[in-house]
Amino acid sequence: MNHIDVELSNLKVKLMEMWDLVEYQLQSGRDAMLNADQELARKVVKLGKKVNNFDVKIDRMCENLLALYTPVAVDLRLVLATLKINANLERIGDTAEGISMFVQKREVPFNPEMLEITRAVAMFDEALAMFHDCRIAYKANNTDQARALLRRDKMLNKIYRKSDRIIAQYLRANPDSIEEGLILLSIIKKLERVGDQVTNIAEEIIFYQDAKVVKHKSKKKDKENGKENGNGNGNGNNNGNAIS
Amino acid sequence: MSKKNYKLEAKDLNAYYGSFHALKNINIAMEEKAVTAFIGPSGCGKSTFLRTLNRMNDYIEGFRVEGDILLDGRDIYAKDVRVDELRKEVGMVFQKPNPFPKTIFENVVYGLKIQGLKDKRVLAETAEKSLRQTALWDEVKDKLDKSALALSGGQQQRLCIARALAISPSVILMDEPTSALDPISTAKIEELIFKLKNDYTIVIVTHNMQQAGRVSDYTAFFYMGELVEFAKTRTMFTSPKHERTQNYITGRFG
Repeated sequence: MNHIDVELSNLKVKLMEMWDLVEYQLQSGRDAMLNADQELARKVVKLGKKVNNFDVKIDRMCENLLALYTPVAVDLRLVLATLKINANLERIGDTAEGISMFVQKREVPFNPEMLEITRAVAMFDEALAMFHDCRIAYKANNTDQARALLRRDKMLNKIYRKSDRIIAQYLRANPDSIEEGLILLSIIKKLERVGDQVTNIAEEIIFYQDAKVVKHKSKKKDKENGKENGNGNGNGNNNGNAIS
Repeated sequence: MSKKNYKLEAKDLNAYYGSFHALKNINIAMEEKAVTAFIGPSGCGKSTFLRTLNRMNDYIEGFRVEGDILLDGRDIYAKDVRVDELRKEVGMVFQKPNPFPKTIFENVVYGLKIQGLKDKRVLAETAEKSLRQTALWDEVKDKLDKSALALSGGQQQRLCIARALAISPSVILMDEPTSALDPISTAKIEELIFKLKNDYTIVIVTHNMQQAGRVSDYTAFFYMGELVEFAKTRTMFTSPKHERTQNYITGRFG
């Protein structure tokens, strides 16, 4: 392995370690929320410091790589993608912390009926599953899997869009649960953001592997891209006057 | 052809040193008033190709060319082309600064004098203009009658560029023009290249990948006598099409 390969591989290892930690945070956030587990919630919040350290460390590694190795092409895309994935992981960790802080305010688990009608648990499970699959896609350099994640985010958005109406309706009938309802609504909003952040990460995996920019594409274009998938060359407008 | 202005074109170009096939079926079109960089490992043919662009290889024994090289649409290997006329159009700067052991002034006006120009005022004006173009004037204006060999390496190289500019070529070929220079002199030459492309078509061979990235509009990657990939520089360095290009520019060759 040459120097830059060693550095890039160290960078990937560091990012995976952070990923594991954030995944643990998010999973534990879910468990703490469902079981009103104060102890676990405290642990999740405490881990935030460790995640922040990873965040700083990975940024610094990217900075060094750019300064000392001037990476180009696929190497450059890896460094750029890592910078963004790092930022998104850190935000997902923050979300897990935020949820755990809500849990610390509560002494009993959420009302099962409210969880049921909002589909909050299904949403949490899907966010976790997406996050987990995203990690697999990153590790396996699998852009098909990454593309699939872009579509899965829609389910989270749907649950989120309906949630305020459902919760408002429930609270009208059960005014005693207002505080609980507001907290759940906040958690649902946070989970919707997790879906977006996983999507961002998936987009970076595609950028790194295929040199394609898929973010900010309209739905129509998304479909077109889906069709011409697989002839993975350049990012569209590289018609210099190559004659070779 | 297409709407673009191509200054230099190679069509089905093959070159041989005796039985060695040095350039294999090269097809490339270089845009006018742009910088095109040739990159590739040693022995890949990039310098051979650069030197065929002003027929520098003509006197190498056993060297022969098949196919066409067009300058402004005209074949430079056609029988009626005079090589000295061609070189007025296509100037060249080499890896090692090679000023003549003469004064700074004599170096700059050398080409003009060879052409028979005697008018002292014109010579002086051209010398000043060329030295200004290469940002050397302020550094040497008080010692034009001193030996060019007393200048620093970076200044000598800029003098050689001034010498090439003095005969008003339209194309400047540069064969690793900064590989013998320190970073500051290199930066000055690169700045100069950037400025010169407003008026000249520039072709540069470089082993310095970052230099190709910084100074060129187009990059051509050669490997074992073949042109593997030719594209806009920013495409080559962000998303090259060919794996061999990617391996080379990321330093994973072989």
